[in-house]
Order: sequence, then structure tokens, then C-alpha cells
Amino acid sequence: MVDQLTPDAASDMEMSQYVTDRTRVNEDKIKRDDEIIEQFGEYGYGWHDSDAAGEAAKKGIDEDVVRAISADKGEPQWMLDFRLKGYRAFLDQPMPDWGVDLSEFHAEDFKYYVKPLNKQAATWEDLPDDIRTTYDRLGIPEAEKKRLVSGVAAQYESEVIYNSIRSDLKEQGVIFVDTDTAVREYPELVKKYFATVIPADDNKFAALNTAAWSGGSFVYVPKGVHVDIPLQAYFRINTPNMGQFERTLIIADEGSYVHYVEGCTAPIYATDSLHAANVEIVVEKHARVRYTTVQNWSTNVYNLVTQRAYVREGGTMEWIDGNIGSKATMKYPSCILAEPYAKAETMSLGFAGEGQYQDTGAKMIHLAPHTSSTIVSKSISRMGGRAAYRGLVKVIKGAKGSSSSVVCDALLVDEYSRSDTYPHVDVREDDVSMAHEATVSKVSEDQLFYLMSRGLEEKEAMGMIVRGFVEPISRELPMEYALELNRLVELQMEGSVG
Amino acid sequence: MSTLEIKDLYASVETKEGRKQILKGANLVVNSNETHAIMGPNGSGKSTLAYTLAGHPKYIVDSGQALLDGKDLLTMTPDERARTGLFLAMQYPVEVPGVSMTNFLRTSKTEVDGKAPALRQWSKELNSAMKRLRMDAKFASRSVNEGFSGGEKKRAEVLQLELLKPKFAVLDETDSGLDVDALRIVSEGVNRAKENTGLGLLLITHYTRILKYIKPDVVHVFAGGKFVKTGGPELADELEATGYDQYLPEGANSESALA
Repeated sequence: MVDQLTPDAASDMEMSQYVTDRTRVNEDKIKRDDEIIEQFGEYGYGWHDSDAAGEAAKKGIDEDVVRAISADKGEPQWMLDFRLKGYRAFLDQPMPDWGVDLSEFHAEDFKYYVKPLNKQAATWEDLPDDIRTTYDRLGIPEAEKKRLVSGVAAQYESEVIYNSIRSDLKEQGVIFVDTDTAVREYPELVKKYFATVIPADDNKFAALNTAAWSGGSFVYVPKGVHVDIPLQAYFRINTPNMGQFERTLIIADEGSYVHYVEGCTAPIYATDSLHAANVEIVVEKHARVRYTTVQNWSTNVYNLVTQRAYVREGGTMEWIDGNIGSKATMKYPSCILAEPYAKAETMSLGFAGEGQYQDTGAKMIHLAPHTSSTIVSKSISRMGGRAAYRGLVKVIKGAKGSSSSVVCDALLVDEYSRSDTYPHVDVREDDVSMAHEATVSKVSEDQLFYLMSRGLEEKEAMGMIVRGFVEPISRELPMEYALELNRLVELQMEGSVG
Repeated sequence: MSTLEIKDLYASVETKEGRKQILKGANLVVNSNETHAIMGPNGSGKSTLAYTLAGHPKYIVDSGQALLDGKDLLTMTPDERARTGLFLAMQYPVEVPGVSMTNFLRTSKTEVDGKAPALRQWSKELNSAMKRLRMDAKFASRSVNEGFSGGEKKRAEVLQLELLKPKFAVLDETDSGLDVDALRIVSEGVNRAKENTGLGLLLITHYTRILKYIKPDVVHVFAGGKFVKTGGPELADELEATGYDQYLPEGANSESALA
């Protein structure tokens, strides 16, 4: 892991590309960016499509809604029972009284099941025009065509409306379908692993997801198979007051490798939407899974997500978690290091602008000897935004020779934004190595002056400092996402100087 | 042929005890191809002069002008000054984590020139400049000034001087903290930049040892916020022998004066 943190040529290429973009070589692009900025204010994905399905959907959840979702999907009884168990757990559990402000959160305000199409599209052309245009604007079919991805899943409201995988991977036995399809077509695999990592009653929002889940990805990578190029999922909310509850389950069998990348956007509305996903990952012996999120919900979305991985002997789990958008995010990607020599890393970035609260972090549970974990958390707060790192490192008695390192850096861009750190450490074993480091810094006058004295305008200097701050995370992203992240950060930084 | 003309410059800095005037009527004319050594005791305002010229926000101009070919630098933002042709090699360059030297240098070059350098030629120029300054190739991928030793920081400043090709450069105690070899390498870089571009140099220093490598045309004594004496290279030798005491207010010593 350590050597990934040192600069290398590849990331330098990415950043160089970016610098080239921003400098005067490519005027068109800057002009286009500027137009987008002008069109949507600070958020570039705020448009919405026509919305018959959303308008027809009812708000609120009760047992009948849960049964109706299950019936509509034609699910087996065990899944319905499981949903009902989740629903009861949701009712039983109190709202969290920590983390983000949920006083305005009312479960009855959201639509729980919006089905935009009756049938998954086989090609992009099969989609209704405006939905297809949306994905074109997001660049998804383009990425697929250029083979920047090994497979694509596009979830729109409650349903995955398009899902594809490269044929050679399919031939090797890789499964990449939406989770509803998996329940029908791979019942043994689903039953074996489903909810083994996140139980139905794990927490209030995981329980709500259990009750109302729809869509998400099911990935199975057979023994020894390496999926060399990422699988890409794209989550889009369209209708107001949407509740999106995708359920993702990734199983990497022994010695396999897969990288799953998800992006998320939504229109800007005056009322709130909810995204409450559950992501479960099983990393079998010596397998490696990387899960990357570039979350850019509009600032009227509650993003309350449970992500957890179960890592077996010698396996490696990596969460790369970029939280740029949303009104309020609570998300702490977790790893259960269950067997010896399991390894895990979480790198998270929270960007809290005006009115945003990013409560993010990581959990590492060391249950076996010689397990190791690394957490790198970076946050940027501006315009009164609030970012928090909330983390847990737990090492049980007997997990000898384990090690953990936590680094939290917060960058404040102005005087009235806020950053907090809540690092919890629970170590019951003496033979361990633990490190924790936390810094809060401000963009300094001297840094700005130094860059400006070398010819950079103030805004550009500020952008360079902030991009440098997030570089350890952005360098871990696939190139398009790194550029996207930099652009988002840049958009977020608009107006922070002056 | 360019001219930098500092006219009757007064400038202050905010301190805990309130606003304090440091520059008290500085006057100087420097032409292209000239090297002016500015020597003086600690606290005489030499660094303030450098930072005021470059436009650090901590320093407030009370009155006066600094004309580069007739254009007043003091009304410009620091980046405009850089684009007009001024460069300041800092005594304590700041770290910018996560920004590689390569990116920083190329962005800076692009901004100063108003257009991106041709890639192939730029890489060649960068590599050979680094080689001449005895900088390892890995240096280019490190973050700006992060974890650099004192000597590396100074080399990085001179590297920028060579690449950005300003009309005038202020070197603020570039010799401090350098061992003999590093001092020679850094000085050679400065001399190369001057030879190649004909830039005018303001060399701020306490000590005469750098003047063995970078030959000044003019030597100034700066004390009490202004230029108090000007002479040829021989003035530096005289200062080496006698010190700055004669230029200080009564009862002060060179450590505490105006600090």
C-alpha cells in the first residue's frame, strides 16, 4: 500500500493532462466548462427527464408496500421474509442522534419503488429518448464504446435499465447483472452470500434498504479470474422525493480481482431525495476487490449508505470513497478482516460546500492475526460546510501482529467552515502496531502568494492547492474519474476566492 | 534592454504591536545585464523590499513606485508582476503537497509566457536545466518543496529562475544555508540565467562569499529601510572587514536593529 502513496508517472500523466486542459491550450474545453457552470450554477447534473413513472408512484412505506415490491419482482418467499424482517428492524430502531442532522428526515416523504421501464433495455437505443440522452450527457455509452470499462450497469430510479458485460469475461464465468436478475437466475449463489455481511437489522438505514431494496449489482468473479478493466455502475435519480435503495453484492472468489466503480447524480429539486444503499462484498482467499465511489448527488439528497466487506485469508479490500455531492452523507465503508494476512485500505474524500454535511470515515475490524489496515481520510470544507471523519479501528484479543494506520487531513478554505474528527480505537491485543495522525490546515496566504508569484492567478493557485490536497485520492481513481473529480472540486471551489 | 526603477518606496507591515513602517524611502535603478548586491544587517528591511516588490499581501505600500519599463508593479497582483517579468527567489519557499514539480513548473511557464510551451522542447529544457543543477530526475515528480532539504529548495528556486526567464530577479538570501558545493552550483545557475537572458539581478545577502561566484557590478548597503551607500565591488570587501556597525542607529547592534 505504501508505495501507492508515492507519486508515479501514471498519476503525473493524469494531472498533466488536467493541467493541459486548464491552461490555454484547450480554450474550447474551458469555454464548454464555463457554459456548464453558467447553466447549472455549481452543479452540472441538475437536469431531469420526463417523469410519468415517478409521478404515478406513491410516497411512504408500510408492510403492504414491502409486499407489493416483492410481488412485483416475483420473488421467492425467503426474500419476502427477509424484507419484512428488515422493515420491522427499521421501525424498531431509533433515528441516529449523532452524525448529520436528520431532524427534517421523514421516511413517509419518499417514493420507494419507481419503475421507469417494464423491461431492461438490451441496447442504449432501446431506451426512451430522454433517458438515453441523459446517459449520453453523462458519457456512459461513450465509455463503454471506447472499452474504458469491462461492463456497465445503469440504474435509473429503482431499476437497472441497462446492464452489459464484455463477452470474453462472460465466457470466463464472470457474472455482472442487476441483483433482481441474480435472485432469479443465480438463486444458490445469492442465497449463500446475501446479507451475510450486512444483516437485515444492521442499522436503521440498512434495515430500510433490506425492506425496500431494488436494483444494484450482483458480481461474481470465479477463482483466479482477473477483471483487468473496471466494471462501471451509474446511479441516477430523476423524480423528486425519490428513495433509491440499490443492493449490491460482490463476490470475488479465490485469487480473483475486480474493480467496481460507481458514480451517482440527481436533478436539483427543492424537496429532498434519499439514497440508502447496501453494498456487501466478500473477498475470498487471496482475492482483491477495489470499490470506487464518486458520489456527486445534488444537494437535496440524503446519502445514507452502508458498505461492508468480509475479507478472508490473504485477501485485499480497497474502498476509494469520494463524496462531493449530497445534502448530508453518512457513510463509513467497513472491512472485517476475518482471517490471517487479510489487508484493507480505505481512502475517503469529503467535500463539504454550502449547506452540506459530509460525515464519512471507515471501520476496520481485525479479527485475525497479521491483518493490516490503512485509512486515509481527507476533507475540504468551505462556505460554512461541515465535514467529519468518523472512524473505528478494532483489534480483538488474539489478532497478534496486526497493524493499522489512520491519517486524517482536513483543509479549511475559509474561517467559518467546520471539520471534526471522531477516531475510535478499541484494541484488545498487545502485539499490534497502531498509528494515528490528524491535521487540520488552512490554505495559507504564503502558499497562495508563492504560486501567484510564479504567474498563477489567485483562483488557479487556490485550485492547484486544493487539487494537490486531494491528489492522494484522485490518483487512485481511473483517469476519467480523476479528471472528473478535479473538475468537480474546481466547480465546488468557484467563488471561494475574492 | 529593460529597466527596473524603485522610486521613493515606503512600505509597512502589520505586527502585533500595530502597523510598523519598514521601508523608508528606497530608491534604486537596475538595468538589464546588471547585478546589484544588496547588503545590510539583519532587520534592515532587505527581505521586506523583496516581498514588497513581488506583492506579498502582508506588506502594505504606503507610497512610491516600482516601475518595470515604466509599468508600476505595485499596482499589480503578484501574478501580473510575474507576467510582467519579475521573479523572486525566496529564502523560505513554501511546500505545496500533492502538486508535482513537473506540473507546477509547466503551469507556471504557461502562465508567465501566456501560452503552453511546446512539450518536447520543454522536457528537454527542463531535463538539461535539472542536470546542470545536479538535480536527480526523480525530483520532478516530487511535490513542490515538500520535504526538500535547504539546498534542494534553493536549487528549485534557481531552476525556476532559469526556466521562467524573467527580466529581473530578486534573490533573497539564496546563499543562506548552502555548503560550498551547493553554493557554487546554485551560483552557476544564476550566472547561466543571466548569460542566456540578460536579466537584471538584485542579490540580497549578508555575506560576501556568494559574490565570489556571482560578480556584482554595483554593491549597496541597505539599512534603516533605505539604500545608504552605493559603490563598486570593493565596497563588499570593505563591509567584510568592517561590518555594518557604522550604518546602524546609535546603541543598536546588527542583530536587533529594526528586527
